[in-house]
Amino acid sequence: MLPVLDEEVVRHRIARRIAMDLADGAVVNLGIGIPTLVSDHLPKGVQVLLQTENGVVGAGPKPEKDDLRLIGAGGRCLSLLPGSSIIPSDTSFGLIRGGHLDATVLGALEVDSEANLANWMIPGKMVPGMGGAMDLVTGAKAVYVATTHLDKRGRPKLVRECTLPLTGKGVVSVVVTEFCLVRWQGGRMVLHEISPEVTLDELRENTTMDFDISPDLAPMKGIE
Amino acid sequence: MASKLIKPVMSAEEAVSRIKPGASLMVGGFNYAGVPYTLIDALVEQGTGDLHLIANDTLYANDQHPDGVGHGKLVVNGQCRKVTASHVGLNRATQKLYNEGKLELELVPQGSFVERIRCGGFGLGGFLTPTGVGTVHEEGKQVLEVDGRRYILELPLKADVAIIRGYRADRCGNLTYYGTGRNFNPAMATAADLVIAEVDMILAQGDIDPNDVVTPGMLVDILVLKGDGYYATRT
Repeated sequence: MLPVLDEEVVRHRIARRIAMDLADGAVVNLGIGIPTLVSDHLPKGVQVLLQTENGVVGAGPKPEKDDLRLIGAGGRCLSLLPGSSIIPSDTSFGLIRGGHLDATVLGALEVDSEANLANWMIPGKMVPGMGGAMDLVTGAKAVYVATTHLDKRGRPKLVRECTLPLTGKGVVSVVVTEFCLVRWQGGRMVLHEISPEVTLDELRENTTMDFDISPDLAPMKGIE
Repeated sequence: MASKLIKPVMSAEEAVSRIKPGASLMVGGFNYAGVPYTLIDALVEQGTGDLHLIANDTLYANDQHPDGVGHGKLVVNGQCRKVTASHVGLNRATQKLYNEGKLELELVPQGSFVERIRCGGFGLGGFLTPTGVGTVHEEGKQVLEVDGRRYILELPLKADVAIIRGYRADRCGNLTYYGTGRNFNPAMATAADLVIAEVDMILAQGDIDPNDVVTPGMLVDILVLKGDGYYATRT
């Protein structure tokens, strides 16, 4: 059994760890949910340019007073920081597909041993649509997956092979959960960091993804 | 005789009377921003049905908004035969009608959605994109390999009518946009036979600096001043 951590601790831990990976000046797109929190945890001295796929480069935090004319991709109002720009959707997705984004951070339903990601639909339930996710995972230089280690029913989300319809094939660069950090390297998923609450055996028991262990395996960074 | 360069300004009701049953209809907007709310309300009132709605999303329809918001109303009101969109998860009527087989639904990745419109408007026969390769989106589409990489062939998207939302217009139809209300509107203005623009203000010819114009007036057929509806006044 994996230990049960406070939900807010989990969300902020994952966001903080991903924020530590972002370089100063990076252009980054944040998805809804945990990814949104990444901008709250950037290390001192690191500034990133937030891109929202509906047409802002340089988006700022939710303003005190909502203005529906300035909305983020998740439907939350945003502010425009000095130096930001407004672009139409075709330019926005040109930037995304064209490899101009350094990173995109998204949630997952499943992520697997072959760097495949499923996060847009559950057949027979909801068919919400893929929105911009398929373009983002295809075009961004690095695809960060921010997800709890298990789903709500306690099943691993880091799986051997995705069973749900894919958002992108072989697109994932880094997976961060509350218990570990895994990187796609040399055609393999490689475990680099593990949280102090779990042993490697416990992690394995709750992860069906096929992964290697880095010779430099270290305690997970940025833990509160 | 009035110059053809000067675009007619109409009421929303008169403008949407040009939208006929069975029409394909592009509607601008992403979430709340850049939506021609006044034109949509008039179209809901008119009740024109059998529409093929082409819009990024179908906005909201939920407990808080049972009748829907913006063009979400067109779905709730049963005026659509088909919806082409990238995301419909926030409109429960779209989900429900689709599940009941009463609505045809074509989901397109957002970048491919806007690029298909751009192709439609700019005379291109389609484009090759890596987006969706290796996913269910690939099914039924032509996949081509270029320099060792696989691409999906996406085809152009056009419409009979586009209703779009701008910020300032001049009488020539030149448009500017505000905030994230720009989104799909400039692309849609290129890709429909009839383009109706709802705007916050209509200025005299020459009162918008040509350097600021985003959509050239030659693309816009009819101007409508936004009304005093809840969302029209807040966007």
